[in-house]
Amino acid sequence: MFGGIDPGLLIASLMVASVPILFAAVGELVVEKAGVLNLGVEGMMIMGAVTGFITAVQTGSPALGFAGGALGGAVLSLLFAVLTQVMQANQVASGLALTLFGLGLSSLLGQGLFGIKPPLTPDVPFGPLADIPFIGTVLFSHDPLVYLSVLAVAGVWAVLSFTRAGLVLRAVGESHDAAHALGYKVRRIRVLAILFGGAMAGLGGAYVSLVRVPQWTDGITAGAGWIALAIVVFASWKPWRALLGAWLFGGITVLQLNLQAAGSRIPVEYLSMSPYLITILVLVIMSSGRGRAALSAPASLGQNFHAAR
Amino acid sequence: MKRRHLLATAALGLGLAFGGAAAAQDKTKACFVYVGPIGDLGWSYQHHQGLLAVQEAYGDKVETAYQESVPEGADAERVLTQMALSGCDIIFTTSFGYMDATNAVAKKFPNVKFEHATGFKREAPNVSIYNARFYEGRAIQGHIAGKMTKTNKIGYIGSFPIPEVIMGINAYYLHAKKVNPAVELTVVWAMTWFDPAKEADAAKAMIEQGVDVIASHTDSTAPLAEAAKTGGKVIGFGQASDMAEYKPSPRVTSIIDNWAPYYVKRVGQVMDGTWESIDSWEGIASGEVELGEITDAVPADVKAEAEAMRDAIAAGTYHPFTGPINKQDGSVWLAEGATAPDGDLLGMGFYVEGITGDIPK
Repeated sequence: MFGGIDPGLLIASLMVASVPILFAAVGELVVEKAGVLNLGVEGMMIMGAVTGFITAVQTGSPALGFAGGALGGAVLSLLFAVLTQVMQANQVASGLALTLFGLGLSSLLGQGLFGIKPPLTPDVPFGPLADIPFIGTVLFSHDPLVYLSVLAVAGVWAVLSFTRAGLVLRAVGESHDAAHALGYKVRRIRVLAILFGGAMAGLGGAYVSLVRVPQWTDGITAGAGWIALAIVVFASWKPWRALLGAWLFGGITVLQLNLQAAGSRIPVEYLSMSPYLITILVLVIMSSGRGRAALSAPASLGQNFHAAR
Repeated sequence: MKRRHLLATAALGLGLAFGGAAAAQDKTKACFVYVGPIGDLGWSYQHHQGLLAVQEAYGDKVETAYQESVPEGADAERVLTQMALSGCDIIFTTSFGYMDATNAVAKKFPNVKFEHATGFKREAPNVSIYNARFYEGRAIQGHIAGKMTKTNKIGYIGSFPIPEVIMGINAYYLHAKKVNPAVELTVVWAMTWFDPAKEADAAKAMIEQGVDVIASHTDSTAPLAEAAKTGGKVIGFGQASDMAEYKPSPRVTSIIDNWAPYYVKRVGQVMDGTWESIDSWEGIASGEVELGEITDAVPADVKAEAEAMRDAIAAGTYHPFTGPINKQDGSVWLAEGATAPDGDLLGMGFYVEGITGDIPK
């Protein structure tokens, strides 16, 4: 206990708090690694939140709800894929439009869902393990999605670093012309990456509406998608750093509320801005000196590709 | 030639637009600006119910328009200007943070009536302010909280440190303390009106520290959803709207903002030309503040006491801020038997004695 705050509970709740942004960030990381800048994360998240909610309520199964959320996010991202990969539309504009469209559409789909409670997502039963002091609270008392979010990071990292598919994806993101010359289907790979990003964002959104705030209200994601986008840059396109970034951000948000509840003497204004301040601080430290090379974005990020050009 | 043609068309279009505006004059247009989505099931939802009541009361004679999730700040001024230009006869701005924007735009459109909720500035003759005495409901909640808490720790999720919220915190604490001298109040400032995830986190942080009665001053049902996860150990209150879906527990009662009578009355006054700039502050007595059903999760005697307090407030025989009350620093605010003047309440910037922590500046 530090001034009334139980560190075990704090770590446990920061892990839960960062799940939505972590899913969305890891998905967006893959999209950007393939050279596509999709600013529609917020829109895809909230679509996932509403479709996941509807699915879970209709079927009574949280698992199907999460699948529905991922599907909802992916379907919306398909729109982005068509716009940018087929019609060669500007990615920044299309992404922003996707966010606005997603917010509006989710609000429309969410009519009549107010006040309904979704089925509860049970924690993974670890039996006696969960009763171990501290370690049990931190490691063995979560719902499956918390573990899945960490597995997703590990999976993305492994695929990007060690597999041929990861290599091809990165090649497409670094130089789509070279990848095309080698015979890779640049557009197909990018569309698949966009769909993956959409599904992950949708999963993150569904986590908000099914677990963190088990209900539907308009605008429920309240800007989490933008934070996920920032975390991808913060992570300099490295999966484990995205995990660090998400936990840091989620952690400070939870910590500042806990400090307030514990009656800390630090003024609230500083506590409220601390997540953003520390994010900026870390960005500055990482982008200075020798770390600068590590900050490099995929070389073809945000550029459209057309084979005839 | 072509360009001139274009100009002529534009002029014609403009003329049509004005003609259209003139034609719409016989219909009164009432416009509303909301700080959150109308689906928040709380604050903005209740204002929207007021809009629907206006529509129903006057039918064809009135036209309504609204914009939701308008940020407090520069954006609000833009939205208000646009509304005034689009032919609104009366504009209701329903959040504290629209105060300066409302007054600024009102000066530019002297023929449009403006009504600002929960503020205190009337800088133009066409601005009215209106509010409800939510602290009356908070006092009753405080009484229930003091009686119901088992850990003697009660919580309050604040939005922004404005008089409206501070008043609520003080009323809540005073009445909890009155029935339970051991009670301690934890205040967490969310610094937002609407962010369900953050509101849930704030509730969670409190619950982890042993708080078992949570009142919230933010707009979503997220704190109740968080309390519901504890399986009955933690209770809370509906805020702004009844939030009946969390009955019978964690939602044991609620403060319901009923804006409909006021909106219907004021729009009616615009129609018959009797509208005047006023400062309206009604409470339980006139029905603007309603107490939601007290559920069976509350023991019968506590329920009876709470209802007695409600009736006393409605009858005007009891004022929730009745002295002796000291300020946090120990100085005297209200002497024995004195009741708080409205001016003190509307500018309230201090905690009462016994609350720990500082109000953010």
